[in-house]
Amino acid sequence: MKKLLTIAAAAGLALAATTLGASAADKLKVGFIYLGPIGDYGWSYQHEAARQSMMKALGDKVESTYLENVNEGPDAERAIEQLVRAGNKLVFTTSFGFMDATVKVAKRHPNVLFEHATGFKRAANLSTYSGRFYEGRYIQGVIAAKMSKTGVLGYVGSFPIPEVVSGINATILGAQSVNPNIKVKIIWANTWFDPGKEADAAKALADQGCDVLMQHTDSPAAMQIAEQRHIFAFGQDSDMIKFGPHAQLTSIVDNWAPYYIERAKAAIDGTWKSQDVWGGLKSNLVVMAPYTNMPADVKALAEKTEAAIKDGSLHPFKCPVIAQDGSTVPCKGGTHLDDGQILSMNFYVKGIDEKFPGK
Amino acid sequence: MIVEAIILSVIAASTPLLIAAAGELIVERSGVLNLGVEGMMIMGAACGFAGAYFSGSTIAGALCGIAAGTAMAFVFAALTLGLAVNQVATGLALTILGVGLSGLIGAAYVGQGITPAPHLYIPLLTDLPLIGRILFGQDAFVYVSAALIGGIWWFLYRTRAGLILRAVGDNHASAHALGYPVLRIRLCAVLFGGACAGLAGAYLPLAYTPFFIPGMTAGRGWIALALVVFSSWRPIRLVGGAYLFGAVSILQLHAQALGLGIPSQLMSSLPYLATVIVLVLISRTRATAGSAAPASLGMVFVPDR
Repeated sequence: MKKLLTIAAAAGLALAATTLGASAADKLKVGFIYLGPIGDYGWSYQHEAARQSMMKALGDKVESTYLENVNEGPDAERAIEQLVRAGNKLVFTTSFGFMDATVKVAKRHPNVLFEHATGFKRAANLSTYSGRFYEGRYIQGVIAAKMSKTGVLGYVGSFPIPEVVSGINATILGAQSVNPNIKVKIIWANTWFDPGKEADAAKALADQGCDVLMQHTDSPAAMQIAEQRHIFAFGQDSDMIKFGPHAQLTSIVDNWAPYYIERAKAAIDGTWKSQDVWGGLKSNLVVMAPYTNMPADVKALAEKTEAAIKDGSLHPFKCPVIAQDGSTVPCKGGTHLDDGQILSMNFYVKGIDEKFPGK
Repeated sequence: MIVEAIILSVIAASTPLLIAAAGELIVERSGVLNLGVEGMMIMGAACGFAGAYFSGSTIAGALCGIAAGTAMAFVFAALTLGLAVNQVATGLALTILGVGLSGLIGAAYVGQGITPAPHLYIPLLTDLPLIGRILFGQDAFVYVSAALIGGIWWFLYRTRAGLILRAVGDNHASAHALGYPVLRIRLCAVLFGGACAGLAGAYLPLAYTPFFIPGMTAGRGWIALALVVFSSWRPIRLVGGAYLFGAVSILQLHAQALGLGIPSQLMSSLPYLATVIVLVLISRTRATAGSAAPASLGMVFVPDR
């Protein structure tokens, strides 16, 4: 179904863009591909907010279009191709699953610049960018361990890809720094976006005794369940305090706007170069929503942790990192795991009882 | 009580499927195949939320959802019954229209909150251990779904009107020859199906997850369509199908949280697997599998005089 939608949308867009194209030849045309609907109040919502900030900042120098609800898979390639054929010279593909499709289209169109979020395959005209969300997750782990009475955290995951896994590990490492015996229950929803299913997963976790919920899926459903059950939760991607005024402890907010503005400017000036940017708390790409619903000492600890991560004195994956099976993970980054290890993380740290998916 | 909690979650997950499928069952029994359930549901969700947001009342929201679903169904009826357009293509188009239009209507409400549908509370009865909240502590949608199934069963098998509806679905030419207004009967069935789909859609933002997000039906309309086939067009079996699907969906989440170590991808596919397996098992016992479908299902009818 979504397939048809995407094709229809892409075709419609291509038509619209070709008719518009002639009048605005001197403007940089920027295309965006979103995984979910822009109203998901999470991942795609934040990308769309950043696109709008970019439009505001650069005014009449840019023109932009977006395709939402694009499935990861063969459809993505078609959708990206359509954006290129519609004359977009800079294309942002904003989900991990668009990686191979982006690489393929980038190869066919060497004159078009591509930016792929959260991936690791690059080319002369293909950059990658992502946020160090694990930094925020570490802080959440610290807070969660302080706030949990049962000592059991609930985690709704989407897919067991490195980005999500490193988030789980960072959370647990943060939590262990407060309470070494902290436990976590993990449910894989196997979807990024299905509010009903996300809510069901959150309910199941709450029913099984978890009293702090965190999620790595895209809607505020889990937050709302936490509010109903009078337990705590962390938001995801955007500030979800509206959905959990008494439940939200904080939220990791994706702040893509500065990056999009910078890259669009670079493309206009002709200074665009392929790169790999991984911004975190320090570079303001990852921002923590206000610390709420917690006592002053927990808030102080959270702020202290945030400051330590920002000034580099604390790394969430500081060595030694002990894997689930008890082995020490090789310390390639000197005092902490290096970026490659974090970007390809496919193991759980010690303290997580669940089996790693696929192992 | 973990068992009670699981059963409550199962009921919540199954109710929208059951309501939407019940409506589609009547539509298909009349010989019309409306593949636009997903589109009617999501419109019901958007308009239902909008209605509840402005009025502050769940009932008003539900009525708006029903109205939206019915309006969508009317478009479908005008095309397929009035102009004899292909039903499959129109149904698919209806879904695309619904998904897009609901996003447009709902855009203003993203991020807004409403009070979720109230749950029934009868002193003493609701406080009964285990069965209290399950039988006497649900929201109105759940009781409506039960009444709907009972009503449909009674209508199909115990009333003359139900018999006529089935006749129209099985052989529209004969029904027409007997003097029954085939198109008018089908119009009523299609509108009823739309009302049910709209109500089922409204359930999502009014009771299940009290907020609106575009695309929040996430394929439930398609599941409802499949459940109608699963039920071999029988209302009682439909309940079994919807609850089987809901139960496996919830149980797999609990199994994951228990950390049983079964791959989550397999778990996520379990509701579908279980439904297919049960379907195979029940149709195996039938001498002629598949013949349960209304004989005129999906066929265009143009009265010759």
